[in-house]
Order: sequence, then structure tokens, then C-alpha cells
Amino acid sequence: MMRRTPLIRLAIILLIAVSSLAQAGGELRFCLRSEPKTFNPLLVADDASETIRYLTGGVLIRVNRLTQAAEPELATSWKLSKDGRSITFTLRDKAFFSDGTPFTAEDVATTVRQMMDPQLHSPTGDAFRSGTGDVAVQVLAPNRVTITFPAGVAGLDRQFDQVAIMSAKSPKKEMAVLGPFYVADYKAGSYVLLRRNPNYWKKDTNGRQLPYLDGIRLDIQSNRDIEALRFRRGEIDLINSIDAEYYDRIGEASPALVRDAGPSLDSEQMWFNQVEKAPIPGYRIAWFRSRNFRRAVSEAINRDDLARVAFSSHAKPAMGPVSPANKIWFNAKLKPIAYNTASALQRLQKDGFRLDKGVLRDKDGHQVEFSIVTNSGNKYRERMATMIQQDLGKIGMKVNVVTLDFPSLIERMTESFNYEAALLGLTNVDLDPNAQMTVWLSSGDNHQWNPRQKSPETSWEAEIDRLMREQASAVDFPVRKAAFDRVQEIVADQAPFIYLVNKNALSAISTALQGEVPVVLRPQTYWNIERLTLKAEIAKTRQ
Amino acid sequence: MNKLRRLSFALLLAIVLASLGADFLAPAGYATQFRETPNSPPTRAHLLGTDALGRDRLARTLYGTRVSLLLAPAAALLSTLLAGMIGGFAGYVGGAWQKASMAFTDLFLSLPWLFLLITVRALLPLNVSPTASVMVTFALLGILGWAASARVVCAGAAGMRDSEFVLLARASGIGRARLLFIHILPNLKPVLLAQFWLSIPIFILAEANLGILGLGVAEPLPSWGSLLRELEDLATFSGEFWKLVPLALLVVVVTSFQFLISHNEVSA
Repeated sequence: MMRRTPLIRLAIILLIAVSSLAQAGGELRFCLRSEPKTFNPLLVADDASETIRYLTGGVLIRVNRLTQAAEPELATSWKLSKDGRSITFTLRDKAFFSDGTPFTAEDVATTVRQMMDPQLHSPTGDAFRSGTGDVAVQVLAPNRVTITFPAGVAGLDRQFDQVAIMSAKSPKKEMAVLGPFYVADYKAGSYVLLRRNPNYWKKDTNGRQLPYLDGIRLDIQSNRDIEALRFRRGEIDLINSIDAEYYDRIGEASPALVRDAGPSLDSEQMWFNQVEKAPIPGYRIAWFRSRNFRRAVSEAINRDDLARVAFSSHAKPAMGPVSPANKIWFNAKLKPIAYNTASALQRLQKDGFRLDKGVLRDKDGHQVEFSIVTNSGNKYRERMATMIQQDLGKIGMKVNVVTLDFPSLIERMTESFNYEAALLGLTNVDLDPNAQMTVWLSSGDNHQWNPRQKSPETSWEAEIDRLMREQASAVDFPVRKAAFDRVQEIVADQAPFIYLVNKNALSAISTALQGEVPVVLRPQTYWNIERLTLKAEIAKTRQ
Repeated sequence: MNKLRRLSFALLLAIVLASLGADFLAPAGYATQFRETPNSPPTRAHLLGTDALGRDRLARTLYGTRVSLLLAPAAALLSTLLAGMIGGFAGYVGGAWQKASMAFTDLFLSLPWLFLLITVRALLPLNVSPTASVMVTFALLGILGWAASARVVCAGAAGMRDSEFVLLARASGIGRARLLFIHILPNLKPVLLAQFWLSIPIFILAEANLGILGLGVAEPLPSWGSLLRELEDLATFSGEFWKLVPLALLVVVVTSFQFLISHNEVSA
């Protein structure tokens, strides 16, 4: 028996190797919904370019989309200074760009210098801007580099998830990459072809070089109907994000093809216009600025129904500004907002509102009537608005639903302020609250209920300003978490945004694809692209 | 009236009567949300099933038909009147006035009027009831839809300007206004009538287009446009044929109008 053990071990290793070989290779196919605007990873500002950057870029630190923890990639370790201004990386040895040039600390230094160059206007660099002054980059050794910012940057290490390192020496510039794939071909309006990076540094537990796939074909297809049809025909292997109706349709035919990863980071919310100079009657602005009024509206909305009916149960009632999907920043002390029309009416009575023959009137006798605007063409928002119209009708409020084209809607919300209530969604790609500074600061452009205030107009907004600045300048996570937890509590109490639902992260994945673990963070389906494989019979046809 | 036209007339009459009798025929209110049974297939309680919010499709189809069928002719009347005034006057006066009017009409025709409608719709006050919104939508269609008809009317009026009966009337010393309103416009009646009938299906389709863009009649009031929006995801349509009823109605109504129009044009 003892003598046979090595043979058995050898057989198992061979079996794994053969199986691994059988699974490897082939070309994954899916769609980009728009033309990538750039291949320069520092200039990425659109979804399509972000997809290319994720698949081709090598980063120092990667946020694991499953655990949401920051993990070493090209940096084997890193150390933050106590004041949060500096970070020192120790880099991986023997890593090479796709064109064969070696990866060193000089590449990191060059990338950071380019990223922080004001002339480049890098959206990636914006997340690192703190205080005035230059960013200092010091190469300590070929595998050690220190970056010092003028002021502390909250959550500094995790921000490097977005920074794809570029080569300082390669003649191919941004086309020389450290990620699992490189751009091999691109035909504008048609496709982007990625090929396996032969120099990719990562290996699996068996020592086999990753990625398993030979390449990825990204067809540029903006029409979602055609994308769905192509998926059903087996021409593409996945749809990274689909809406509830497509999910149900595809799932009806083949349940194995659809995945619901649970509530995503995205939220749908409504808010009232609280801008004092808005061209709407003063008594209505007074309603909208009343906490009791906003809370009453919030309580009179049946969120369970919104999630179940408008989203076919592919959404969850929202509790506050942060989705429970955000494992790091969600305040677990927040309670779900109960649907309670009796409580809503009691709150309204405190402000002098009265229900008169089914019509709600304020203390001066004005009938409570307002419009909710939302963007035309978004059937989920239109459905929610119509359901809210009926829900609020039960407490005597008359609601008019108005759909507008997006530019008109934005003009009303940001320039003329000629609207009463709005229903829109917020797409969150970043877990860190720092990404939402312009939403929460009273001076922010995206402080939608009352933007660009010269000084906070209410005490609770002043408190939110203070807490957001506190969390942004603190380095210790517990201090930041405590401050942002309090922000979430104030927002839940004051209801400037009435959070409705968190949509689920839905995707469609072919059974030909193996190793997939859909998650709620973007990119939901191919976050572990280097470990995805195609079934052998499919891979053979796509060599 | 041949058989086809009779059939068209009968179908239109039946549809109009059914929509007018919606209050009695519909099993529920068009806005009532049966939230426990969204997207239901046809049942005894809901003969055409329910929509995504659980609203009875039959009720919404009947009320939507009423909205589209009553207001499209009203919009057609408005646009035909405008076309009659602008085109008739331009054709009757002739000369530089006609050239200027027709240049303005051409300019109006060249405008991308779907975008124009979207823009004008965006400029309107937000706080209008669904009933007011439907009136506004069709009034806009009527106000913006006169240009093509005006050209036809202008050509008709210009043709009459030098006709013998007008020359005789002028020779008899009849004033300009009297000549226009008593002699010319009544003779343009067949042209105006044809334009009126032609405009009705055009406005029905225009409202349906606006509805598909989500810019037509405000919720919860149904119209054919909002009902047809359910069919926009044809790629994922999976044999729910009861959803096609509004489309079938639209086809039947527009086709029936075409048969009636051809009759009227022949009569004219």
C-alpha cells in the first residue's frame, strides 16, 4: 500500500493536469455596451474603457470583489504612514509587462506622476487629490517605492485598485500591460480583441500560468435586445448586468443561465426640492423642508411592494444611503422603514396637515399636490412612481407623475430647480464614502435636495458636513466608520433622500463558462477572469 | 359604400362604442393596482390579464382606446382649422404673402417635430393632472401638425383664386373677406375633410410614438401609446399574445380610417 501511494499521487496530479488542460483555452465572448473612449488606463471614465482596464491592467492592490478586502497583487505588501499621507509599496519580483519589459518601482513612479499631472486631467487621479501641493514619489529600491500626498487621503490603499500600472520604458506605452490580457485588435464600432498576456505573473495552485482563457472577444453592441438574443443563441457567454425583466425571460426558458447575487450597491431614491429660491409656491417648499412631511411620505410608501411588483422581487427595500451589499460601510443598526400610513398621518398632523374627505390639506387649507419627475424610458422608475402615486393617494396626497427626457430633467434639477420631487437612482461603484463627498457636503453639486449651499442651511446638514470632513481626514478606520455611521443615521432620520429599493445584481452566464462566482461589486461576473474557463468542447471551437 | 368600407365603418363604430362604454364594460378601474397578481395571464377576473403593476389590461385597453380615439380627431380638427386658415389665406392672397407663408410652412415641415414635441413637452408645467396632460399632448399634436395640410390647402386655394366663379364674384364687387369665407373656403371643404381624416391616424401614431418614449399621456391614464410600450422588448417576448390586443386595435383603427379616407377622397 505504502509503495503504491506515490503512484496514486502521480495519477491524481496527472488527472488534475489533464483536466486543467482540457478546461483551458478558448475565447470568451461578451458585449461592451458602448465604444471604449480610451485605452489609456489613467483616462478611463466610461464603463467600456473600465472593462478593458480591468481585464488588461495590473494593479498594486486589488479589492477582492467577493470578500471586499484589499489584497496584494503587484505589491506584495504595503505600509501606510500614521498621518495617511504616505504609502510605501514593496513590489513583486520577476514580473514583466506583456511586451517583456520588466516591472520595477520606476513604472509605479511614472504611473503616479502621470496620474497626478494636472495637465492630464486623469479621472483616476481625482480620487487621490488632497490638499494643495505636489505628490512626491520616491523610488527607494527597484522593488520599493514611497508615494507621499500633500494631505491625508482616506482609504488610500484601496484607491490603488483603480490604478493600472503603465510601463516607463516600453515603446508600446499604455498597450504594454501587466494584467491577464492585452489588447490585440480593435475595430471601431465592432469589437475589441484581447489575447492572453504570455508574461502574466499569476499562477494557480498547480503552478499553471494564468489566465486559462486564450482570449476575450468584446463585441460592441449598444442594443440590449440584440445582446439578449445573442446570448440566447449562444453567440456570447455572459451578460454582466441585466434588468429584472430580461432575467425572468431568460430564466423562464433556462433557469441555469441566470444568476441573482442579491442586493447591489445601486439604490433608487426620491427626494423633494428644498431649494428656497426654487420657482415653486412657497408653501410647498415649506412642506418639503419639513422633516415630518418627508418622513410621512417615506412611511406611506410600500417598499416591499415596490421591490416585489416593480422589480419582480429582484430588489430589496432600502434602509438608508448605503446598501447592505457594502459589507464595510453599511450601518447595521439602521432599521427597515416600515410601511405605516397611520404613523404617516400622525406625523403630518404634527405639522397641521388634516385629511378632509380623502384630500390632505395643510394648515392654510392648500391641497397637498405635487409632481414627481423621473427620466422617460426607464420603466422601473416609471412603475415605482406610479405605485408611489397610489400609495400616497391613501393618505390624501395627489401626486402627478411626469416623465422627462434626461437633459431636461438634469436642467431642472441642477439649474432652474423647477421641480418638486424627483425619482432617480444612484449607481455606486466605490465602496468608500469619500466617493460621495459631493452628495453629502451641503456645498456639493450633487447634494440634490438643495445643492451648492454657501453655508449649511440646517443644523443637521452642518452636522453631516462636519462628519463627512472628519471621516475624510481620519486615517483610522474605526473613526471613519463611526463618523459615517452617524451620517447614515442622520440621513435616515431627516429623510432628505427617501431611499426606496436596492436593485439586485443580476447577470446571465452561459453553462459553457466555468469557475464563475457572480458577486454584487463590478464587474459582477468576470471579476475573477483569470480563473474562468470554457467547457472543453466549446473551447475547441474557439481557438 | 362597398363591403370593405361598411366593415371598416362597423369596426370603428364598435370600437368607439366599446370605449365610450368603458365605465360599464371594464371589470375594474384603469388605475386600480392588483398588486398580488402582476403580469397575470388572462383569467376570468382579468380577461386580458394584468400589466406589470397588476392593472386590468382590458380596462386599460378600453379607456386607452377612448383617450386615443376621442382626442386624435380633436387634434386633427385643430390642425385642419389651422391649416385651413394659414393655407387658405396664403393661397387666396397669393404673391409675396403666399411665398412667405409657404416658406414658413416649409421651415415648419423641416423641423424634427418629434424632438420639437419633446422640447415643448419639457417646457410645460409639471403639475398637471393626467387628464390635463392628455389634453396638452393632443393639443400640441394639433398645433404642431398643421404644416403638411396647409400646403395642400394653399394649393387648392391658389387654384381657385383665378377660377371663373371667383372672377365673377370679384367683378360683382364682393369684398375680400366675404369672398374668402363664403366662396372659397366652402369650396375647399373636400380638401379640408380629406386632410382631417388623414390626420387622425397620424396623430394616433404620433401619440403612440410619444408614449413609447414615455412622453405621452401621464400615468395612470392609459393611452394606446402607453399600452404599446409593453411591446418594446420584443426580443424577450414569449408568446403572450393577449399583450398584442392594443397593437391589433391600432392596426384595425388605422386601416379602417384609411378605407374611409379613400372613400372620402373619391367623393371629394
